[in-house]
Amino acid sequence: MTRLEMIPADKATVVITGARLLDPVEGLDVTAELLIVDGVVAQIGDSVERPEGARIVDGSRCTVLPGLVDPHVHLRVPGQEYKEDCATGSASGAAGGYTTILSMPNTAPTIDTGTTLEAALDRAREMAVIQTGFLAAVSTDRAGESLTEMRDLAARGAAGFTDDGSPIASARLMRRALQYARPLDLPIALHEEEPTLTKGGHMHEGAISAKLGLGAWPGIAETLMVARDIRLAEQEDARIHLQHISIRESIEEIAKGRERGVRVSSEASPHHLVLTDASVRTLSGNFKMNPPLASDDDRQALIDGLRDGIIDCIATDHAPHAVHEKEVPFEAAAFGVTGLETALPVLIQELVEPGHVPLATILRAMTEGPCNAFDLERPALRVGAPANLAIWDLEQTWKVGDKPFKSKSANSCFIGRKVKGRCLLTISGGQLSHDEMDAKGLGVVA
Amino acid sequence: MNDGRRHLLGMSDVDDTDIERILETAAGFEDVVVRDVKKVPTLRGRTVVNLFYESSTRTSSSFELAAKRLSADVVSVKAAGSSVDKGESLKDTVRTLNAYKPNIIVIRHPQIGAAHLTAKWSDAHVVNAGDGKHQHPTQSLLDLYTIKKRLGRLKDVKVAIVGDVLHSRVARSNIEGFQMMGLDVTLVGPPALIPPGIEEATGVKVSDDPESMSEADVIYVLRMQHERMEPGQNFVPTLREYARTWGVNSRRVKPGQVVMHPGPMNRGVEIAPDVADSGVSLVEDQVEAGLIVRMAVLYDLMNRPSIGTVIDFRERTGEWGAA
Repeated sequence: MTRLEMIPADKATVVITGARLLDPVEGLDVTAELLIVDGVVAQIGDSVERPEGARIVDGSRCTVLPGLVDPHVHLRVPGQEYKEDCATGSASGAAGGYTTILSMPNTAPTIDTGTTLEAALDRAREMAVIQTGFLAAVSTDRAGESLTEMRDLAARGAAGFTDDGSPIASARLMRRALQYARPLDLPIALHEEEPTLTKGGHMHEGAISAKLGLGAWPGIAETLMVARDIRLAEQEDARIHLQHISIRESIEEIAKGRERGVRVSSEASPHHLVLTDASVRTLSGNFKMNPPLASDDDRQALIDGLRDGIIDCIATDHAPHAVHEKEVPFEAAAFGVTGLETALPVLIQELVEPGHVPLATILRAMTEGPCNAFDLERPALRVGAPANLAIWDLEQTWKVGDKPFKSKSANSCFIGRKVKGRCLLTISGGQLSHDEMDAKGLGVVA
Repeated sequence: MNDGRRHLLGMSDVDDTDIERILETAAGFEDVVVRDVKKVPTLRGRTVVNLFYESSTRTSSSFELAAKRLSADVVSVKAAGSSVDKGESLKDTVRTLNAYKPNIIVIRHPQIGAAHLTAKWSDAHVVNAGDGKHQHPTQSLLDLYTIKKRLGRLKDVKVAIVGDVLHSRVARSNIEGFQMMGLDVTLVGPPALIPPGIEEATGVKVSDDPESMSEADVIYVLRMQHERMEPGQNFVPTLREYARTWGVNSRRVKPGQVVMHPGPMNRGVEIAPDVADSGVSLVEDQVEAGLIVRMAVLYDLMNRPSIGTVIDFRERTGEWGAA
C-alpha cells in the first residue's frame, strides 16, 4: 500500500445515530448506528455502545457514505502555495466528502527527486486534514527527456508516476518508463495529448471553436496517444492509468485494450461528464481546462463508459488558480478548474437525479476504482475498517458559490449551478476533517 | 446582470432591424463628412476612449475621426508606450480609464473576449473594434453599407469570402452579418484555413475549389494573417502556391463582379495589384464607409436607448458567464 500522510491528531470517538449507511461495494444499505473508536469503525448495529466522552451525532435524515478517493488533485505543493496548499486543498477535499487524495507533481520545482517528494510528504503530514499522497514525475522537470529515479521515488512513497499537465511525447521514453516501472508495480498515469496537434489550442475543435475563432485541437489528439500507450503497455505488460479521458474514440480504444487484457484504468472528471464546449461561448476562463470540454456526443460516451465500467474512476483534476490567472481574456487564462467541493453534488444533480447513472456506480468510481488503480486502502463502512467516511444530507440542494470555498481558489466551472447533496461531516483516518452538521436539513438552499 | 447599457461586442448583438437602422443613420452622415465644416454637435460633452492593443490604421483613425466629427472628446490610448508596457493587466487599464467616466470605450485587443471583459469591468458602452480572431462588428457593418451602396441591394447577393477564414475576425463577423441580411455566403480557401465545424456552426457553404469564386457577385478577399500563424503549421506549402491557386487577380475576376478587402492588403499574395487598383475594387469605398458607419454606431449607442433591440450581448444570448 502507498504511503499517505495527514496530521496525526486526536482520533475522535463518535457515535452516528439514525443515519442510512450506504456502501455499495460492501453491499451495505441499512439504517443503523455506527461507532468509531480509535480511528476504526468499531460497531455497526441497531444500537451501538456509547463510550464515555463520545460525540453523539444525530444522523437522522442523513446518509453515511464511505470517504471518497480522488486520484487526481493539484495541491500545488511545493512552490505554488499562492494557489493552494496542503491545508486548504485537503480541507477542500474534506468538504467534498473525500478522505483520500493523490496530488500531482507538476509543481515548482517538479516532484522528480526523492528529496522533493519527501518534502511534499512532510508538508502533508504537517498540514493535511485528510490522507494525502503524491505521484512523482516520470521525467526530470517533466521535460520528457530523461527518466526520474523511479526506484528511489517508489521507495520513498510515490503513489505512482505521471508527467501530468504534459504528455510524454516520445514513444521511446514512454516505453522505457513502462519497462522500468513494471517491477515496481506502480501505475504510470498519463495525460494524453499529441502535442503537435494541440499546440496553440485553447479549446476543443468543432462548431463552437469555428464560431469563436479560438485556437482549438481535435479530439483525435487524445485518442492517438491513448491508442499508442495502450499498445505500449500491452507490449511491456505494464500498468497504465489514463487521466481525464474526454473523447468517445478514446473510450473505444480503452474498451478494446481491456478486452485484450491490457492493465489499463481510466478516469473521467465531473466537468467532462456534465459540460460541453458550448460553455466556452461565455468566454469565461472558468471553462478553460486541459483536456478541453468536448462535444455532447463525447460527453454521452463518457456517461456510457462510466455506466459500463470502461471508465472506472471519477477524478476531479482539482486545479486551483489565482484570480489574476483566470480573470483575463480566454487565451491568456490558465488551464484548469477546481472540483473537490462540488464533485459528488454535481454528479448527483446531473447524472443520478435524471437517471443517467446509478448512485452506486458513481460511488464505486469514487472509491473502489481509484483504490484499485493506485493500490490504496479502500474506505469502507465495515467493522474493523479505518474510519474514512462522511455524513451527507443527500436531499439538500444548494448553489455553487453561495458558500465560500475551502480551497484557496474559486475557479470552479460550476459557480451559479444548482447541485444536490451536501457533505456535513467528514472523518478521515478517525480524525474529524470537516464539520458542517449545523447545515443539516436546510432543504433547498439554492 | 443587464444594467441597460448597450454594447456592440459582436454581430450577435444586433439583428436585421438594428443593421437597417445603423446603415440608414450612416447614409445620413454622408453629407456631413464632405461639407466644409465636417462636424455635428451630436456627442458634444461626451467622452470616447479608444483603447488599441493592436496596430491599426483604418480602424483606429476612423473611430477617432468618427468621434470627433460627432463633437465628442476623444482619448486614444495605444498599448505601446502605455502602462501595458509595464505589465499592467487589461482589468487595471480598463478600470483606470473607466475612472474618467467615458461614455463609450472602443477597444481592439489581440485576444478573444477582451471587449466582453471591458464591458464587464467598465461603466461605459463598449464597441469591439476587433478581439483576436473572434469579432469585428463595425467592419461587417461597413462592408454591408459598401455592398448596398454599390449593388443597390443586400438580399440574395452572392458573396465568396476567400482565403484565411481560420484567423479572420472579419470573416466571422461578416458570415453573421451577411446571413442576417439575406446574403448568400460561400467560403473559399485551402482546407486548413477553413475552420472545421464552420458549416455546422453557421450554415455557410464551403469550397476548396477556387473556381467557385466565379459564381459570386462579390469576391471578399481576406488577408493572409502571417502574424497569427505559428511556424511549422504548414497551412499552405508556400505563399507562391497560395497566390497562384486562391489569389485574386484580373484573370479570376469575371465581368460584373466586385472585389472587397478589409485591409491591410498583401499585394501579390491574396490580391494582385491589377485588381486592387482597378475599378472593380471597393477597397476605398470600404474605408469611406468605415467613417460614417462608425459615426452611426457611436450615435446609435448614445442616442437610441429605447428604439430597436437593445445591443447587449448578455441579454441577447443569456450566455454571459459567471466569472
